[in-house]
Amino acid sequence: MLNRPVYLDNAAATRLDERILEAMRPYFFDIYAVATSEFGYSQGIEAREALDGAREALAATLGAAPEEFIFTSGSTESSNVALKGVALALGKKKGKHVIVSKIEDFPVLNSARALEKQGFQVTYLDVDSDGFVDLDKLRESITNETILVSIQHANQEIGTIQDIKNIGLICREKGVLFHTDATHTFTRVPLDVKKIPVDLITVSAHTIHGPKGTGGLYIRKGTSLAKWVDGGFQEFDLRAGLENIPGAVGFAKAVELVTTQETEQIQLVRDHVIDRILAEIPDTVLNGHRWKRLPQNANISFHFIEGESITLHLDMHGFAVSTGSACFSRSLEGSHVIFGIGGDHERAHGSIRFTFGRYNTIEDTNALVNTLAEVVRELRSISPLGKEKKE
Amino acid sequence: MRFPYSETVLEHFRHPRNVGKIENADGKAIEGSPACGDMVSVYINVDPKTNTISDVKFESYGCASNIATGSIITELAKGKTLDEAKKITWKEASEALGGLPKIKAHCSVLAVEGLRSAVENYEERHGLVKDRKPTTVETVRRRLKKVMNPMAGLDLVRTNLVRDIDIKNGTVRVVIDLPPDHQFASAIKEEITEKIEPLWDVKEVVVEFTE
Repeated sequence: MLNRPVYLDNAAATRLDERILEAMRPYFFDIYAVATSEFGYSQGIEAREALDGAREALAATLGAAPEEFIFTSGSTESSNVALKGVALALGKKKGKHVIVSKIEDFPVLNSARALEKQGFQVTYLDVDSDGFVDLDKLRESITNETILVSIQHANQEIGTIQDIKNIGLICREKGVLFHTDATHTFTRVPLDVKKIPVDLITVSAHTIHGPKGTGGLYIRKGTSLAKWVDGGFQEFDLRAGLENIPGAVGFAKAVELVTTQETEQIQLVRDHVIDRILAEIPDTVLNGHRWKRLPQNANISFHFIEGESITLHLDMHGFAVSTGSACFSRSLEGSHVIFGIGGDHERAHGSIRFTFGRYNTIEDTNALVNTLAEVVRELRSISPLGKEKKE
Repeated sequence: MRFPYSETVLEHFRHPRNVGKIENADGKAIEGSPACGDMVSVYINVDPKTNTISDVKFESYGCASNIATGSIITELAKGKTLDEAKKITWKEASEALGGLPKIKAHCSVLAVEGLRSAVENYEERHGLVKDRKPTTVETVRRRLKKVMNPMAGLDLVRTNLVRDIDIKNGTVRVVIDLPPDHQFASAIKEEITEKIEPLWDVKEVVVEFTE
């Protein structure tokens, strides 16, 4: 029996795990005070303890000290704070040059564009056909004016995992801060700040079955970062606003529930899907590197057909996936990631992203591939493209 | 749960009518290209005695609205005279489908264009067209009426986005009243080029944006 609908868009959002909801529940109904009221009444102390406990657990996951981790409203805010906070702190003192990769997710990319409008200079680094940044090009791009390099840990669409250790070493050698968006790798791909020289890390709960609207930013001790959200003195006076204690507790619980064994299981399911599709459906191509990729990500282009048509047909059969097609986006532009790896419009147009999570099974994905094969055959039968070969 | 598409759109998307190719069709056209998005091929057979469309088929490389419009346009065109078929508008096709989301106008207008071009193709091949005229500002403006402003679901001309058009030695320059970093700037630029470039005496199309 299939669990329908089969949700395979876990990079966008995940189903909340009941155990996380249970962990959060007391902080809605019993201990709903704010942590800053710790000197006023005992419920405030409990709130403070819960927040500190969650922070300690999350920081420890990254090998960091608790005071190096602040909570935010999610990865969008974290990346905005990282880029704009460093720019505000160092723009006048050190320089106005920032480096990002071309295939960053929109929080980093559009923060960089916003900085450009404020007079900063931004270098958008090219990537190769698998999505990797060229380390020599990075080294050459760093100038005396450079204040920050922001290169993602893994890509949101094609899953390519960057060599952030060597990127970090280059930044360290050149005396430049390094931010990485680890939204999709957090807890699934190891990242320890004692081993990898990174100064700022964006993380989020929504990709690991935690609550939406909860994220975090690791800030290495001594990093120049201006306060971006003004108000009270919360989060070490770096991010004002009422603490989201249920969110923080849920985030910590989400991290606790992720195990290496589970990640390996997810990767097994993912590999099964990639292998079956490439073997059974003709004219398909995997986007991103086959092995150096997120364990939960598959991204495949289906030639001669368009992605939104594929996703709609799949939805009618109970499968939820996402596409890099221009027709799917509000901007009517194809995926900047597929273009970034040298793909043409057709490759972006027919690209489908499958992202797996805790609740996907091999049975579900077998059903997916069977349905997909039918849908692709049907859409190709009405497409004017790709017929010459067969005739 | 509701899709942003009407029941009729979904029905035509699931079960498109008149799909396929007509071998040795009397008239045929391809609109769009895989390089810049959706693509539609339209094939027609014409009864020369009555000048009516006796058979019509289409193929689509596109999204749901593209497929659904292709399907409905073949239903609307069958049995119509060539002149009637050429006059079918995107609005009529959209109404027959129970409405399309505005943002999808650009994907769905291709099928309407495809039918018109297939008829023109028939007319050209059967000596029913007048002489080729040089491209004028008016010709360009007429073509720009086929480029959609995705924000409004209406064309660029009617939504007053065309600031300037000039033609010099085969170079057509079009100035669009949007900032160059606008969300739709590159999509609009591509579509303009696609519409103007095929004109027989145009060598180059330059699209500029205002600050």
